[in-house]
Amino acid sequence: MSSLSHLRSRTALWVGATAALASRLLRRGAGEVIGSKLALAFDPDLLRHVGADRRVIVVSGTNGKSTTTALVQAALGNPVDKQTGANMPTGWVTTLIRTHGAVALEVDEPYLAEAMEKLSPEVVCLLNLSRDQLDRTSEVRQIAEKWRLVIAGTTTQIVANANDPLIVYAVGPALNVTWVDAPLVWVKDASSCPLCTRPLSVEGDWECACGFRRPTPTWHLNSRSIEGPGVSIPFSVALPGEYNRGNAAMAIVSAHLAGIQAGVAASRVSEVKEVLGRFGTVRWRGRRWHLFLAKNPAGLAALAQLTEGFSSDLVISINDNVADGRDPSWLYDAPFDEIARGHRVFCTGSRALDIATRLHYSGIESTVIATLDDLPEQVTASVPVTVIANYTAFSEWQRRGTPC
Amino acid sequence: MLSIVTLYPEALGTYGDGGNALALVHRAHARGYRVESLAISLGSPLPDADIYLLGGGEDGPQRQAADALRDDGSLASRVAHGALVVAVCAGLQILGQSFEVAGGRIAEGVGLIDAETRRGAQRRVGNAVITVDGRYVVGFENHGGDTQLGGETPLGQVVRGYGNDGAVDGVRTEGVWGTYLHGPVLALNPWLCDAVIERATGEPLESYASVADDLYQARLASLL
Repeated sequence: MSSLSHLRSRTALWVGATAALASRLLRRGAGEVIGSKLALAFDPDLLRHVGADRRVIVVSGTNGKSTTTALVQAALGNPVDKQTGANMPTGWVTTLIRTHGAVALEVDEPYLAEAMEKLSPEVVCLLNLSRDQLDRTSEVRQIAEKWRLVIAGTTTQIVANANDPLIVYAVGPALNVTWVDAPLVWVKDASSCPLCTRPLSVEGDWECACGFRRPTPTWHLNSRSIEGPGVSIPFSVALPGEYNRGNAAMAIVSAHLAGIQAGVAASRVSEVKEVLGRFGTVRWRGRRWHLFLAKNPAGLAALAQLTEGFSSDLVISINDNVADGRDPSWLYDAPFDEIARGHRVFCTGSRALDIATRLHYSGIESTVIATLDDLPEQVTASVPVTVIANYTAFSEWQRRGTPC
Repeated sequence: MLSIVTLYPEALGTYGDGGNALALVHRAHARGYRVESLAISLGSPLPDADIYLLGGGEDGPQRQAADALRDDGSLASRVAHGALVVAVCAGLQILGQSFEVAGGRIAEGVGLIDAETRRGAQRRVGNAVITVDGRYVVGFENHGGDTQLGGETPLGQVVRGYGNDGAVDGVRTEGVWGTYLHGPVLALNPWLCDAVIERATGEPLESYASVADDLYQARLASLL
């Protein structure tokens, strides 16, 4: 780095820090976003500079990004309670400034090219691809196509889920891939071959007539161990669900490739019980609320595996802010009927009527809560009430309650 | 007895399209009809049915669906014998003579309606409202196609959004109702769902109140 560009980056960081301080003084939030935004505007090469000489692991995919990023952080020996869920360039700058040494960064799918170009990551961990917020991002196959172009010919170490055909398609042209046999709960977006469009049956060792097939994974999960080349490591996950076992496996392998002994990584990962308040319980208005984030069909399909642990009262909160996607059509792709059947359901959020209608057509009648103040009195007080919420609805629940 | 066939959900089912079969079954049941609903995957022969549903999908799967319907070859005669096709978004596009996919390639359609679809100047993403016979239909569109009808009538006039060309939306012939309002459009518009059932059975339906009416009114209030 030339001394001149050094100076520009340092000035950019000073501009950003000043703005962040001003923003905090004006009580306009934590200040980091405005600070990083200004700093990036001042110096477009800032990411390269703050990321230089850092060992970076980037994590992307439709579902499990925040959780897996936190698990990689844990595996690296970093604190996980400082996770922000920020997954775009301004968030990366903030994280890079606030941390030292090896770091895991979450990457929103459309930003993978920028992350790989500017952060020169040591490891890229790619989880899964499925439909999500189609009004805001591209259709899922277009994302796979873009990734494929970015990844073509790269020698960067990629950790990828061998069970997801869209991931296999995107990662295909990479030279250095470690395939993991991570559980996948949603394959409906890969029912035709990404390569030749013939129908594809994604079961077990799937293969298309054109030759496109599931690669042989080098890492496997057993009930109590994770098996890699020549190693078998005890494996347990405190986070709920089969999908979180998959996220944990992806995190352990990623950290291992970044130089952490796999046994150490697995032991650190096993201790993470909560990420960004997800799977956590909050107290509000004399009731306890057990919060689950689910924002797309694959996320709901994953939650459908956990229904045994749900309370008999079930709150479903669905918003349609920009960050949620403005179009709730996806409610009909998600197995809400499986999740809600047998429960007393309360629908809240700006699209409460949409979820109530979706359940109605599956023969499940629910109560639409127009004003949230009316909710606490109606639910049972004796146990934490299960709340399933999409993105901004989930944040509202976190702000509303105090952790318990 | 009312029979409903959802065509190729693995290819045409991107935006909650399954909601249409769900709503038709529920509302027909509620009026005492026996209903049979099944889904057919690519390559399977079309069974007899009163209503065929086609949903939305991405370019590759959309081409597959068009090819599969042409290979089957029976849809036109089924429509001539009284069946109704309800087609949404990509499903609407493939029923025309041709449609354009990524890279400017022109794909051959099913030819059930006189329509051509080409890539428009921009992708049309957002809430949409049309009027059909003076009644509102609410929904969401997300497509990059401009559809020009030949001699045929559109389904509705665009009040908000874009539809085929900014002025009209979809198509309505004796046997095909198509719209760009994607995904669960029948679930969101209970009156339109009932109109489909009435057209298929030839009988008027008694009224049926549900939370879907509240949703419809709330959407109208927020979009108009």
